[in-house]
Order: sequence, then structure tokens, then C-alpha cells
Amino acid sequence: MRAAYAPLWRNQAGWLLLVPAMLFFTLFVVLPMGEAAWYSLHRWNGFGDLTDFVGLRNFERLLAGADFRTAMLNNGLVIAVSLAVQLPLALLLALLLADATRANQAYRLLFFLPFVLADVAAGLIWRFLLDGDQGLPTLMGQPAPQWLADPVSARVCLLGVVVWKYFGFHMVLLIAALQSIDGSLYEAARMDAASRWRVFRRITLPQLAPTLRLCVFFSVLGALQLFDLVMPITQGGPSNSTHTLVSFLYQHGATRMDVGFGSAAGVLLFLLCLGFALGWQRWDRRRA
Amino acid sequence: MAAAGCLPWAVRASTTVRWLHIEQNSVVAAFYEAAARAFEAATPGVKVHPQFLENESFKRKLTTLLQSRDRPHVLYSWGGGALREQVRAGVIEDLTASLDQGGWRQQYSPISLLPYTVNGRIYGVPMLTSLVGFFYSKPLFAKAGVTAEAIRTWDDLLAAVRKLQSAGITPMVAGGADKWTLMFYWAFLALRLGGRAALELAMQGKTVDGFAGPSFVRAGELFRQLTDMRPFQPGFLAASYPQSAGQFGDGRGAMILMLDQLRTAMQSNAANKVGVPDADLGWFPFPTVPGGKGHADDTMGGMNGWLVTKGAPREAVAFLRFFLSPAWQRQAGESGWFIPVTPEARAALNKPLLQRMAEAVGRSPYHQLFLDQLLGPSAGAVLNDVAADLASQRLTPKAAADRVQDALRQTL
Repeated sequence: MRAAYAPLWRNQAGWLLLVPAMLFFTLFVVLPMGEAAWYSLHRWNGFGDLTDFVGLRNFERLLAGADFRTAMLNNGLVIAVSLAVQLPLALLLALLLADATRANQAYRLLFFLPFVLADVAAGLIWRFLLDGDQGLPTLMGQPAPQWLADPVSARVCLLGVVVWKYFGFHMVLLIAALQSIDGSLYEAARMDAASRWRVFRRITLPQLAPTLRLCVFFSVLGALQLFDLVMPITQGGPSNSTHTLVSFLYQHGATRMDVGFGSAAGVLLFLLCLGFALGWQRWDRRRA
Repeated sequence: MAAAGCLPWAVRASTTVRWLHIEQNSVVAAFYEAAARAFEAATPGVKVHPQFLENESFKRKLTTLLQSRDRPHVLYSWGGGALREQVRAGVIEDLTASLDQGGWRQQYSPISLLPYTVNGRIYGVPMLTSLVGFFYSKPLFAKAGVTAEAIRTWDDLLAAVRKLQSAGITPMVAGGADKWTLMFYWAFLALRLGGRAALELAMQGKTVDGFAGPSFVRAGELFRQLTDMRPFQPGFLAASYPQSAGQFGDGRGAMILMLDQLRTAMQSNAANKVGVPDADLGWFPFPTVPGGKGHADDTMGGMNGWLVTKGAPREAVAFLRFFLSPAWQRQAGESGWFIPVTPEARAALNKPLLQRMAEAVGRSPYHQLFLDQLLGPSAGAVLNDVAADLASQRLTPKAAADRVQDALRQTL
């Protein structure tokens, strides 16, 4: 009996230590999320009290709207490009730059720089560079292509900037992982005269798997939350074709004084993120 | 001794009036600044602090700003639907009693106070009338053999576009990233087609189909006639209004449908800081549509002015009274920065172009307020969205009209 009480007491001390963290988490994360969920059930312009309860109508409006579906599609595209282009690129560069030579270190720094830049600042720079009147397109002769004015090319530009901005981050994660692989594994493989491809397939890739899974996790969550590059580059335009979920909820909720509607988008985004995070964790644990 | 000399100033409680405006032209902003300094000189112990926010940022920040303790005391406004919501939220001061003092109200025609009247009370004071019409570059029109006076109907306009295109000139400039610039086309066509009655009834939700009715669908069809000809400068959907004003000033297109304040925006944003010089700048009213129910002299634009927020010091109203007095407003008229609301100040307009516009306003049997402002922030934004979608050929006229009506129904 006594033995059973001891851990409980120790738990109490543990709980006590958790109080400050839980307090902040509740105050700044749980409560606002609860508030947003409550707003999402009302029609509310952001002023005064909530009086107009509308049930799930904001969610109906959301799912019926073409612009919201476009925003969802865009998030899907960002995820796809992050996984299919950005991650392989990061992996390739990590493999090339894993050895700590002086030149490699310079390249690493160079590739990591975009990630260090503030998102909005980087976005503004690209807005200028992609501008059809004064940016890079003018080098292609007149009339210069107006990339940001066309829904398809604006999307391509945005995806390109996303890859440019974040591949360095994944590259650095992967380099760190590469450097922690036990050298004796490679030595053994060399003695067995394994081909480079075989070494990569049988040693490097399996050893990198935990880090790769982490990269996928970051890519997907980052893609779902993408906002600060969209606003300076396209503001969701032309014609609402490059919104992501977050820029959509900002422009259609906050700036249009339709807070209930915006909150509904926020709740959906939260559920998406939560669903992914939990599902991913479960899958990850089962693998382990 | 020196300290004693300073004492009266140090002791006097100092009040600061925070004044938020959206004027980006430095000359006009300097005029605001001068008015603030003059008021300070006339009323010791009061400081007036002008603050600037760019148009779009202003609109985005306003809801949050108005609920903060540091909200500005005097605030730029378009009146209409957004003001209605602000008044309902209880953040705007009722100015009816102040206007009735000392004959202030008599300076304004009842119509000019209408956008600021909510439930019979007046919540703002108008300063300028703005008017939407086509500005054009006389040299470019001449080069293509187009005469502005001959553009009377919508078909005339389309013909002019064709003529300019065949002369290798971009007919129109628009700042489509700020979608309201494209909304002007749709809204003005609707006004020409349905007239005042159609718009007012649709606004009040008194017709069965409202904004989805025939005049509005037809407005979309006529707008698509224009946009299908691709009349705008390349990349117009990514250009903001200030950018487009600069592009028109740089001669990138022959005309632009814009407010009378285009001149000041063009000067700020043109490469040479002048744009199309006054002598080369022409203006003509929006063309009519044969068979439309609207009057040919109906105008569209704004009646912009100032609000005082709840809890502002008394001096805020005093400052407004001072700044909107004929003495100061005449200066604005003389310099041609905008068309003042009060007749006395309007008489001071001396630029022929602005005189023409002021005449158009004077002649107008009905001045339609900016439809997006009138519809309020939510439905108004949808209206702007569909105008951009029509311009980029993403939406059919019927679907566009339906979406506006749906959005309005959400807010009624």
C-alpha cells in the first residue's frame, strides 16, 4: 500500500511544477482556441457582445465558398511541393555538403540564409523581384511577363519562394543527422564492397529515417500555417487565387469584420493540424 | 526666474487630439499638419497629433483600433455601412448637438449629411465630395484619333477601346489588386441600368432578387464585354491603386476610371512625380447605357469626412469645427486637392478639370455612394471580389450577381 502512495506524492510535486506552464498554456493557447470555437458559432462583426447564435452556419458558408476551397487546394499544393521538391532537394544538398570542408561550410551558410531572413522581409523582396514592371521578368524582354497577375503563375511563384525559404532548414537538420551516423557502418560496408547506391539505400536512408519523419512533420504543419509569405507577395490575389487557409481567415474574417466566419476557418484549420499531428504521432509510435 | 516664466505652461493640463487620416500626398498632408499647428496656436494647451495609415491598412486595422483605449479621436470615414456598424458598436460620438450649435449644420446640404446619419442622428461631418469618372491622356487619345466628347454611351466606350488597341495603345489602367477600382465599373453600370430605384431597393432587401436582379446581371454582362477585350495594362490584377495611378501618370495607358483625387495620387506615384500634366489631362463622365433607367447625370462617388470617437476630448470636436471651417476648406479648393463639400469652399475651385467635376456633382440628381462602403465591410468586400473575378473572367455575370445578393442577405 505504501509503495502505491509514494509515486502519487511525487506526482503531486510534479503537478505543482507544471502549474506555471499550464497556466500560460491555458491562458494563451487553450482559452483563445475555446473562444474562437465559440465565436465560430455566432454571427459577429468584432464589436460588442455575441448575441447572434447561428449554429454551424458559418461552417456551411465556409465549405460552400469557392475561395475557401481554393485556399485548401493551395495548402495541399504547398504540402505536395514541400514533400516532393523541397525535401528531396534538402536531402541531396545535405548529402553533398555533409563533410565539413571549408567550401561546404560556406555553401551550408549560403543555403541556410533564406531561412534566417524574416518571412515578411523575404516576401517583400520577392514581391519586388517578381514584379512585372521592375523585377526579374523585365530581363526577359518587353512586354515582360506578369507572373503575379496570373492565378497559375502566381501560385508557382509562391511555391518557389516557399521552397527557397525553407529548404535550408531541412538541409541543416539532415546534415546534423548524417553526421551522427556511426562511421563504422560505412567502414563495414566498404569492406563488403557495397556500391554507393546500396550504402545509401541500406545505411544512410534508414539511419536518417527519424529525422526525415521530423522534416515531413515540420513541412506539413508549416504548410498548413503558411501566411507571412503570402501576404507580402500576393495578398491572396489575383482574385483570391493564392490564399492559404490562414491568409483566407485573416482577410475574410478579420478585415471584413466577419469574425464568426473567420473563426470557423480557424477552427477547421486547428482540427486539420490537430488531426494530422495526432495521426502522425500514432503512426510514428507504431513504427517504433 | 526662468523656471517661474515656464510655470504657467508646465501647469496647464495638456490635451492631445489624435487625428487619423489616409492622405498619402505629402502636399495635402502638409496642409493637414498646418491646420493642426494653427489650431494649437489658437487653443493653448491642446496638441493635435495627425497620424497616417495607408488606405488599405486603415480599413484593415480599424475594427481592432476602435476597440483599443488608444483609439484616435478624429477619424477618416466613408460613412455608409461601415459607419452603421461602428455606431451600433457604440464607439462613435453623436455629433448632432454639436452640429446644431452656432449654425454649423447650415453649411451642409441635407444630402451631404445623409451618409453620416444613422437612425436620425448625425455621427460625422463630411469634408469632400468625390466623383468617379474617366481621366484620359489627351495626347494618347489624339494619337489614336479618339475624341472624348464622342464617348457618350457604353458602345462608344467599347469603340474607343478598340480604336486605341489598334493604334497600339493600352486603353485602360486599373489597380486590380485593390479590387474596388474594378467595382466602379460594375456599380456604375448597375446605376446606369437600374437607376437609383434599383440600387436603393436592392440595398434595403425590398426586391425579391435584389442584387441578383436583371439590372445587376446585365451590368456584369456589359462589364464582361469590356474585360473580354482585355483593355487593361498587363498585370493589372497585381497592381495596387497607388501603383496604377503612377502607371497612368507614366503614360502606360490612355484612361483610368477613378475618383477625382487621382491627380494627387498620380503625382505621388508617377516616375517623374508629375504624371500627366494638367494641360494634357482630360476627364469625361461614365457613359450611359441606352435603355437604362438611370439618369444620364447620376453620379457615383463618396462623401468623405470625419468621425469623432466615443470618449474623445471636447477639443476633438472643436478641432473638427476649426478645420472644416470655410477659411481652411477654401484653401483646399483653391489648390485643387479635392472637391470640398461646402458650397462656399467649392466656389474656390479654379482648376478647369475640377470645376467640370464639381459642376457634374452640382447637376447630379442622385449621387450614388461607393457601393462597397454602403454595403458594409463584409458584403462590400464580396462585391469587390466579384468585380475582380469578372475582370479576370473567373465568374459569369449571373454568378457574380448571385454572390453579392447572398452576401447581402447574410448581413441583413
